[in-house]
Amino acid sequence: MLRLPDFNYIKPKSLKEAARLLADLGPEAMAVAGGTDVYPKMKRGQFTPRHLVSLRGLAEMKGIRAQAKEGMWIGAGETLTRVSQNSAVQRRFPALAHAAGSVSTPQLRNAGTIGGNVFVDTRCNYYDQTFFWREAAGFCMKKDGDICLVAPKSRSCLALFSSDTAPVLLSLSARALLVGPDGPRAVPFDEIYRDDGMHFVTKRPEELLKAILIPRASFGLGNVYLKLRRRGSFDFPILGVAAALSADREGTCLSAKLVLTAVASAPKVVDEASRLLVGKKISRELIEAAAEAAARVSHPVDNADLDYWYRKRMTGVYVKRALAGLAGIELEAERAGKKPNQV
Amino acid sequence: MKPKVFSVIGKPLPKIDALAKCVGDTRYADDIELPRMLYGKLLRSPYPHARIKAVHTDKAAKLDGVYAVLTGADLPEKFGIMPSSQDEEALAVEKARYAGDPVAAVAAASESVAEEALRLIEVDYEPLKPILSIEEALTSNEESDRIHAWNRRANIHKAVSLEFGDVAGCFEQAEEIFEDTFFFQGNTHLPMEQYCAIGQYGPQDKLTLWSSTQTPHYLHRALAKVLKLPMARIRVIAAPVGGGFGGKSDPFSHEICAAKLSMVTGRPVKITLTREESFYVHRGRHPVKMWIKTGVKKDGTLQAMHFRSFLDGGGYSSYGLASVYYTGALQTVTYKLPAYKFEGVRVFTNKPPCGPKRGHGTPQPRYAVEIQLDKIAEKLGMDPIELRLKQLVEPNSITVNGLRISTCGLKECIEKVAARAEWKKKFRRLPFGRGIGFAASGYISGAGLPIYWNEMPHSGVQLRLDRGGGITVFCGSADIGQGSDSILAYAVAEEFGVELADIRVVTADTDLTPVDLGSYSSRVTVMTGNAAIQACRKLKELLLPVASELLEVPVDDLEMAEGQVRSRSYPKRAISFAECVEKAEGKHGTLGATGSYWPPKNPRGFKGAGVGPTPAYSYSASIVELSCDPETAEVKIEKVWIAHDCGRAFNPLLVEGQSEGSVYMALGEALMEEQVFRKNGLHKFPSILDYKSPTTLESPEVETILIETNDPEGPFGAKEAGQGFLLPVIPAVANALYDAIGVRIDEIPITPDKILRALEGRLKPVSVPSFDFPPPIKWQPGEGIEVPQKS
Amino acid sequence: MRKSRKDSKAKSEQNGLKKRLLRLKVNGELKEVATETSKTLLEVLREDLGLTGTKHGCEVGECGTCTVLIDKQPVLSCLVLGVESEGTEIVTVEGLMKDGRPHPLQRAFADSGATQCGYCIPGIILTAKSLLDENPRPSRDEIREALSGNLCRCTGYVKILDAVEQVVRGEVA
Repeated sequence: MLRLPDFNYIKPKSLKEAARLLADLGPEAMAVAGGTDVYPKMKRGQFTPRHLVSLRGLAEMKGIRAQAKEGMWIGAGETLTRVSQNSAVQRRFPALAHAAGSVSTPQLRNAGTIGGNVFVDTRCNYYDQTFFWREAAGFCMKKDGDICLVAPKSRSCLALFSSDTAPVLLSLSARALLVGPDGPRAVPFDEIYRDDGMHFVTKRPEELLKAILIPRASFGLGNVYLKLRRRGSFDFPILGVAAALSADREGTCLSAKLVLTAVASAPKVVDEASRLLVGKKISRELIEAAAEAAARVSHPVDNADLDYWYRKRMTGVYVKRALAGLAGIELEAERAGKKPNQV
Repeated sequence: MKPKVFSVIGKPLPKIDALAKCVGDTRYADDIELPRMLYGKLLRSPYPHARIKAVHTDKAAKLDGVYAVLTGADLPEKFGIMPSSQDEEALAVEKARYAGDPVAAVAAASESVAEEALRLIEVDYEPLKPILSIEEALTSNEESDRIHAWNRRANIHKAVSLEFGDVAGCFEQAEEIFEDTFFFQGNTHLPMEQYCAIGQYGPQDKLTLWSSTQTPHYLHRALAKVLKLPMARIRVIAAPVGGGFGGKSDPFSHEICAAKLSMVTGRPVKITLTREESFYVHRGRHPVKMWIKTGVKKDGTLQAMHFRSFLDGGGYSSYGLASVYYTGALQTVTYKLPAYKFEGVRVFTNKPPCGPKRGHGTPQPRYAVEIQLDKIAEKLGMDPIELRLKQLVEPNSITVNGLRISTCGLKECIEKVAARAEWKKKFRRLPFGRGIGFAASGYISGAGLPIYWNEMPHSGVQLRLDRGGGITVFCGSADIGQGSDSILAYAVAEEFGVELADIRVVTADTDLTPVDLGSYSSRVTVMTGNAAIQACRKLKELLLPVASELLEVPVDDLEMAEGQVRSRSYPKRAISFAECVEKAEGKHGTLGATGSYWPPKNPRGFKGAGVGPTPAYSYSASIVELSCDPETAEVKIEKVWIAHDCGRAFNPLLVEGQSEGSVYMALGEALMEEQVFRKNGLHKFPSILDYKSPTTLESPEVETILIETNDPEGPFGAKEAGQGFLLPVIPAVANALYDAIGVRIDEIPITPDKILRALEGRLKPVSVPSFDFPPPIKWQPGEGIEVPQKS
Repeated sequence: MRKSRKDSKAKSEQNGLKKRLLRLKVNGELKEVATETSKTLLEVLREDLGLTGTKHGCEVGECGTCTVLIDKQPVLSCLVLGVESEGTEIVTVEGLMKDGRPHPLQRAFADSGATQCGYCIPGIILTAKSLLDENPRPSRDEIREALSGNLCRCTGYVKILDAVEQVVRGEVA
């Protein structure tokens, strides 16, 4: 049986206390909430904390509230199940409900939190391995080693950003309410990630996510999340497309934000797509152009399931489908291949 | 004779052990805890190919809580499932042959301490060039590239060549010749239960080993050999197996080490492998490259087939000698083939050893053959089902390679499955993106020969009758979830007309149960069923005369039913079974009997002839309907229909379960499962997340149609019903995909990236290495082979 | 020849002696057990409480085999600590029997051929129970969705779905 190594388990009474503990204990401490990312990684020696600071049961991280002025407040400690099944989330942000409900399995979502998902560790199939395997392969720079095994010449780690919910939050211009030892601050999700597989979060290590704030302005956006993976359950995204759009009655695009996940070490906002769409009437041609723009900035590498060539190819297809779905435009599928002749 | 009416056989009864499993009572191997137990761990080689120069264990041995450390030197005797390829060591002695090969073992107070001790063992390795592909293995002639020193030629484990009928002549008469190449990627069993064994060396110098094993008897022999203990002092108990599928059929390092560690420490030692280690133990489906040339008449009649297979065997032999022959053995049992040539070669590579997985060696060639037939039918402008129906093997016939076909319900399987799936309405007529495909197959009901040559029966059953009418059935067979314990109970309940609740089944305990060779090759129902019936009938010879005397009814007129022994003519003349047993014990003394089963004699006389013969062949035909999004190339299986000739369904619920499970496993292999390796020789992703096993969401509804042909060799007419279902499903998927979008994927698994490449005309055809096979053994089925007679 | 290793893992793994007294409510009974803080609920149930009906297939949340109910929700016992389970109601497969009688799901899984090797079955039955407690009349697709986190390698899930539907239809006592 794979087991956890020994550690100190500390249960602070508030987030602020938790943040202070993390600041005091330094790199040997880690925060844990649902545990669904932390414990497997500790069992495989990817995370090696001596102290675990538990955020379980902290009431200040709980609750999902739609507020007239501020928008929607989602406690970071809410489980993915509760987020995906919340009626306000489902009504306003079906993309978020779907993204949260598509993480791993029902069991895992009953424990895993949305806070854990937005900061879920980047993934790589050279890194997400046991200690034995990583030692045998020669450790990679993300843990215990010096080079990137995916691309030995790369100066940074290419592990894949694998959160389903984060791209949706970016597309909705959500902000993260962080609590540090000295108090809270709100940071746009747009500023919270960095395209570096090892240091993919810009916040300070001791800062903890208390809640997610989705602005009132995003309430009217059409939003969608499409996820590519091999199986309908268990699997992390190997491509995710989040899109949020608004249009006037004539179909002229007022705002558009397109975000990709699992194509780099951070969520990728496709600015070119917004430039293409905003101010124009959404058409099949525009959607094609936005899809091409997205495919251009999608650079999957050989560190996740299925061929990276395929994943890059699917970027365009998934973007096209996401935008067409939101704009209510029917697409003609590209048809290579044909029905064989009757006998 | 009017058909017998059964009281138990054919009924959808629960398995006798099912409720215990559902309430959490069943004790699997890892659930066993013994007083003073220690916990073992194996140190595994990080290199795929390396010489072991020294193993330093001092630091580990000194660690607090460590009780014993073993290295290869402690267990130098080689073993292996096949007597002629004893090439495994419990702990590698001179060389590690795959990344994950065990090198040392530790017993400690806890798993955590054992693991820490492993980290203190230092091994001096001299890394060698790893051989990782079939092509490299065939040509690596350098001495240092030889994975096994005894290899005479490169890394060739076994090369075979067999020729049946006038192959050259028949090809000459063919009007069309088809040549195709295929690749079937390897995959693994992935039972949900990880491997586990517990050794307990007792005070009387006796060893008991519990293990999650499909083959306790073969394990018994291997333990005796490696530990140098007489078999009489070893007791092997197969715990209820949490999934096998062929993966728990070899004797394994962890079993031998648990035993040895217990001998060294005098305490029970448990070794439970992790999920990662289960991928290294492997013994799964061989990756096989295939080349197939088939000659046909313009009307589709098969003239001749020439089939070549190249098997990537991994680091050790395992069942490989049988595997290579199996890739060539059963091409002849479905369609009439006047001439057939088979050439096969299995190579060693520095990867975990391959072995038997559900269908052992036959899914790969069946995949190739059934796709090629689909191509042939298309070229000739025929419906692929018509092409097959016109040339099915006949019941009670002999194939060109000398295999005896007794019953054959393939025609009925094909007709029924085609009708149920509405084949005629759908084939080539569904909209673009949706397709339907067909394939058929045959499989053995147990290997005709044991793994090691001997004259003894393949299966033995012992019955004990208790005062009060209780019956205990003893048999060496191992229930791996397929329900073999229940099969014994059903057979005995049917014979004696008693309730299942009055029967106790004791199995897979070498101290208590007569030998059964194990749960492999779909042999268990046919062989243990026959042995059980024989034992029952011996007891009836003691019981019925006693009842006859008491009831004053002739023996001929007696029946055993509903817990009674009674007159058929005057059912009121009856005594209870219990009373009959007590009276019989009074007359004859303690009541017991044994039954044995030997398969029919193997009539073929050439090297390799042991693979292929069986008491009876099962037949399957399957239709798969799927849809494929032509833009993303994602495939959804809409439905699977499968008809299977199982001779007789002992219990239709269990047969359907085997069908549904086989279809599931086939779809996993067809679409997503693969055991693949990196250039450094490491398993690409030894985890259950990255090894893609279908969930409820990928698993379609399955409609099973059971065809009963009542085989004379089978118990109550039963044939194979555990593996054969898997075979046609994989090619049916490929054929359905072609029907849906017009591309052929001659490579398993059929993943979206391959489909998209094929749609763009960029999928490379499978390349097959060139290789000089040995001159063929030519053989004609001649005198001495009796055509099976109708019952 | 063995590569040197940064020993952060080795350092943190010192025989796991940090024990604490856990008070757990399992199957309606309050259990007290002194055990290592680092033990997951899976290990505590199997090794400290002898409740081996809970099985394990990967211990990293990738198979669903070790599912138990915590406050009526199915969760992976391999990914929750014993100490984190204090103050909750834990139900394992052993806890579904009432007065010696199996739960209808247990009966249905046994009688309808849904149980082959049986190893994944405790986790599946508990997951199904949680579904039926929340939604007594789920569709077949809803059952599929609810059980999509439980891998089974034997059955192809067909008879598992059938068994749950039998209970939904009230066909099992």
